[in-house]
Amino acid sequence: MNIDVAYLLILPVLLGVMISAAFLVWIERRLLGFWQDRLGPNRVGPFGSLQIVADMIKLFTKDDWVPPFADRVIFVLAPLAIAAGMLMGFAVVPFGPGLHIIDLNVGLLFFLAMTSLAVYGVLLSGLASNNKYALLGGLRSAAQMVTYEVFMGLSLMGVVILTGSFSLSDVVRAQADMWFFVPQFAGFVVFVIAGLAEAHRLPFDLPEAEHELTAGFHTEYSGMKFGLIMVGEYLSVILASAMITTLFFGGWLGPDFLPPFVWFSLKTAFFIAFFILMRAAIPRPRYDQLMSLGWKILLPVTLINLLVTGAVVLGRGA
Amino acid sequence: MTMEIVVFYIAAAVSVSATTLVVTRTNASHALVYLIVSLLAVAVIFFLLGAPFASALEIVIYAGAIMVLFLFVVMMLDLGRGSVEQERGWLNPSMWVGPGLLTLVLFLEMAWLLAGPMAQTSGTAVLPKEVGIELFGPYLLAVELASILLLASLVGAFHLGRRYMRARREEEADE
Repeated sequence: MNIDVAYLLILPVLLGVMISAAFLVWIERRLLGFWQDRLGPNRVGPFGSLQIVADMIKLFTKDDWVPPFADRVIFVLAPLAIAAGMLMGFAVVPFGPGLHIIDLNVGLLFFLAMTSLAVYGVLLSGLASNNKYALLGGLRSAAQMVTYEVFMGLSLMGVVILTGSFSLSDVVRAQADMWFFVPQFAGFVVFVIAGLAEAHRLPFDLPEAEHELTAGFHTEYSGMKFGLIMVGEYLSVILASAMITTLFFGGWLGPDFLPPFVWFSLKTAFFIAFFILMRAAIPRPRYDQLMSLGWKILLPVTLINLLVTGAVVLGRGA
Repeated sequence: MTMEIVVFYIAAAVSVSATTLVVTRTNASHALVYLIVSLLAVAVIFFLLGAPFASALEIVIYAGAIMVLFLFVVMMLDLGRGSVEQERGWLNPSMWVGPGLLTLVLFLEMAWLLAGPMAQTSGTAVLPKEVGIELFGPYLLAVELASILLLASLVGAFHLGRRYMRARREEEADE
């Protein structure tokens, strides 16, 4: 019975997530326009909402060019690895009670595994492009993502200690009394920062910093392959927001007047908007500042958080 | 059950062929990509054997962190066409004799084990909690030894890095 529901869910989840990722392009530009006191795209369709259709026509009709000096096979496969890794991550997200593709007993680790595999897309596209800007972007992203993966994993361990399980449905159910962002506030802050760094979104988008690396790891990409890289980036924003909702803000839990799935979507949308606000509000740090923030501040904070959480849980005798 | 067996054989075939390609590729980055594929296939096999925790850690740690560092080094070294030629020269047939003989020994052992009464494993699922209790109970000493090894490498890396930083600072002071 459960397995049938899971198979039926795969297609809607895939389509829903892909369509939201595509529309985020327009939503992001409109929101940025709003926060920066300008209009943003408003010409195509009502309020510019068909901008994404125009963008897609542009990307599809562009020359899908592979540079002659590139490593052809890896160059073509790398954008796929970015998008596929992120899409796999959605398999364990609980959208509502019983509304998930699979409720793995190591669901949280599965999510971490899939985000860590998405590094390869960035790294290999940088390597295969055979271009110095792309290579520098790839190197930066490798160091940045390996670094921030450490805190991402450690910041979640507090949640695991409080829940006593790696299963994401159990994590949500354990938050019935109190959402975890209260007892795990330090973990929440570190996870948001690490999520931004893993998605290489603007304050931490040094792998593609346009002021010094033209476009970083995707300098050589054009047409639909570039589109796929962009979709992968928006997918990772949605996935990070969905995970923040699930792990720290009670997932589908909420007052009864709205169905659980709507609560989940509203909370996720809020965090997506927050990610976009970060882009509008915060300047980009220098690369060494990014690294020292990670190792000198975030690592001690997560370790202390883990220690205190463990001590409290032990002290309560749970 | 039959479905699991099919999945197992597919994963095993992917793993074996990917690993063979790791050895025979002359382009270092291609070899590394095949090694990642091989690790992923092994993770699938762990999952099928009832060890989801080991399977997740295989991907997070081996495929997700260690291989990224390998790839990082390959990117730094800038191995071009020359190194492909060099690798091709090293990969001559006589090199296969030693590993071939050792693998034959392992293969005979495996054949003997599969034929004998020890062929059946217990086949129970090992959940994350049990792995944790084992690691921090009877195997605590091994965990601590591994962490001391990591500490030593950390101190070593810090030492090397500090010498480099000091040299650079003096250079900057001279200018």
